[in-house]
Amino acid sequence: MNDVVNNSRGGAATIQAAGVAIKDLRKSYGSNEVLKGISLDVAPGEVVCLIGPSGSGKSTLLRCVNLLEQPNEGTIHVGGFEATDPDVDIDKMRRKVGMVFQQFNLFPHLDAKRNCSIAQTKVLKRSQAEADKVSMHNLERVGLGHLADRFPDQLSGGQQQRVAIARALSMDPELMLFDEPTSALDPETVGDVLSVMRNLAKEGMTMLVVTHEMGFAREVADRVVFMDGGVVVEEGVAEQVISSPTQPRTKEFLRRVLDPTHIDIEE
Amino acid sequence: MAMTARQRARVSLYVQAGIFVVAIAALILATDWETIGISVFNFGKIGPMFPGIFVTGLTNTLIYTFLGFIVGLSGGLLLALMKLSSFPLYRWIASGYIEFFRGIPALLVFIAFGYGVPLAFGVSWNITVIVMVSLGMVASAYIAETLRAGLQAVPKGQLEAARSLGMPQWRAMITIVIPQAFKIVLPPLTNEVILLTKDSSLIYVLGLTASQYELTKFGRDGISSLGAGLTPLLVAGAFYLVITIPLSFLARKFESRTARNNR
Repeated sequence: MNDVVNNSRGGAATIQAAGVAIKDLRKSYGSNEVLKGISLDVAPGEVVCLIGPSGSGKSTLLRCVNLLEQPNEGTIHVGGFEATDPDVDIDKMRRKVGMVFQQFNLFPHLDAKRNCSIAQTKVLKRSQAEADKVSMHNLERVGLGHLADRFPDQLSGGQQQRVAIARALSMDPELMLFDEPTSALDPETVGDVLSVMRNLAKEGMTMLVVTHEMGFAREVADRVVFMDGGVVVEEGVAEQVISSPTQPRTKEFLRRVLDPTHIDIEE
Repeated sequence: MAMTARQRARVSLYVQAGIFVVAIAALILATDWETIGISVFNFGKIGPMFPGIFVTGLTNTLIYTFLGFIVGLSGGLLLALMKLSSFPLYRWIASGYIEFFRGIPALLVFIAFGYGVPLAFGVSWNITVIVMVSLGMVASAYIAETLRAGLQAVPKGQLEAARSLGMPQWRAMITIVIPQAFKIVLPPLTNEVILLTKDSSLIYVLGLTASQYELTKFGRDGISSLGAGLTPLLVAGAFYLVITIPLSFLARKFESRTARNNR
């Protein structure tokens, strides 16, 4: 399922992009079933946005892909790994899967460069010099090369999230997972993070993005998946799902998101 | 004639200060100063305590405390990790240990390791080993609880971020979680050192040779040999303050630093 996609921004780096195949995935917390049989394929180099109301299971689905949540049933294939195989080497698989969190989760005791290099040296066993070089490259990629020696608490939310993206990229992932990456940001810093993500998409990275940014989804995503109540309600080409949804629940959700001030008299 | 709230508050303050002054005065009047001068503040006769109490006593107290702390810190970290383990047996062992050693007087532990263990196993431990083990085992019970709280105070997202970068659990703990936990627990950990410094005095129950004397032993020795009453203990106490007050300042400094940033 690996596929080499050329870097469309000049070929400086070649992204080895992996695909994802999720089949009949179920996940419960006690008696509360949050994923009720989800099947979803993401092709190598494809960008898929997961949208839907809170509590619909989008984040849980994303977290199942790199096993931060353990699914109860179904299978997940990521690149050459079967994540749901009990014997899978989780740590080896996770090296290929970058994750960006809503709350950034930068390591507060390390500066930006060290945030990017720590896992390279400890996990990939790169030399500190090589890891620093990769870290600087990725910090420059997200436009923060000049802030490499800042600590997380000296950075704005948007800058922290970009460092978090650089940190994930420094492991040379084949797939990037974004869990509401802009939801905790001040509105004026959202754009910087989205533009970094847009560039990454252009470079051919496989991306699975949970987001409420419909503009981003429409522009950048190849496909949009609308989830509600633990099932996929509708999926299709981004423009089509967002502009002319066919399912009533999708229509209802999009109307609320795109026009929050709209008051529904019938309700 | 009614008073305003502010006047009432002021009168109340004066009354409280007055009671305090009267109590102090009563205490001074009731004290037998002549006897006190001979048997508590008799600084003229303590010359022979020096420089031994400083060179040997203070040094040994510091060494014993340090050794106990090192053992306590290692053991405490192990117990804290056990207590947070998903494996129930580890949690039970750690809880049992912590409850036991926090529940009995440290003095009993010193006696157990100083006299009980040599009897039971026919071995004779060096005094340094006894101190390390006794003080360390008591300290690890207290330090374990402090560290556990610190480990739990590190946000869950830190471990998730580390794991999602491919770090195994142990690596994520060592590189990401434990360093942050230590920063959080630095102030309470410093307070543990203060408690340990004082607990090291319990070694007096064991037979010590002169070169092993620590502050309290020097004080007790002085009582019987110098004829200055309790004055030597007063001197020993002053030396403890020389250690503990700076530590106390240090703890407060750590506290304000942690409050400012979390690096």
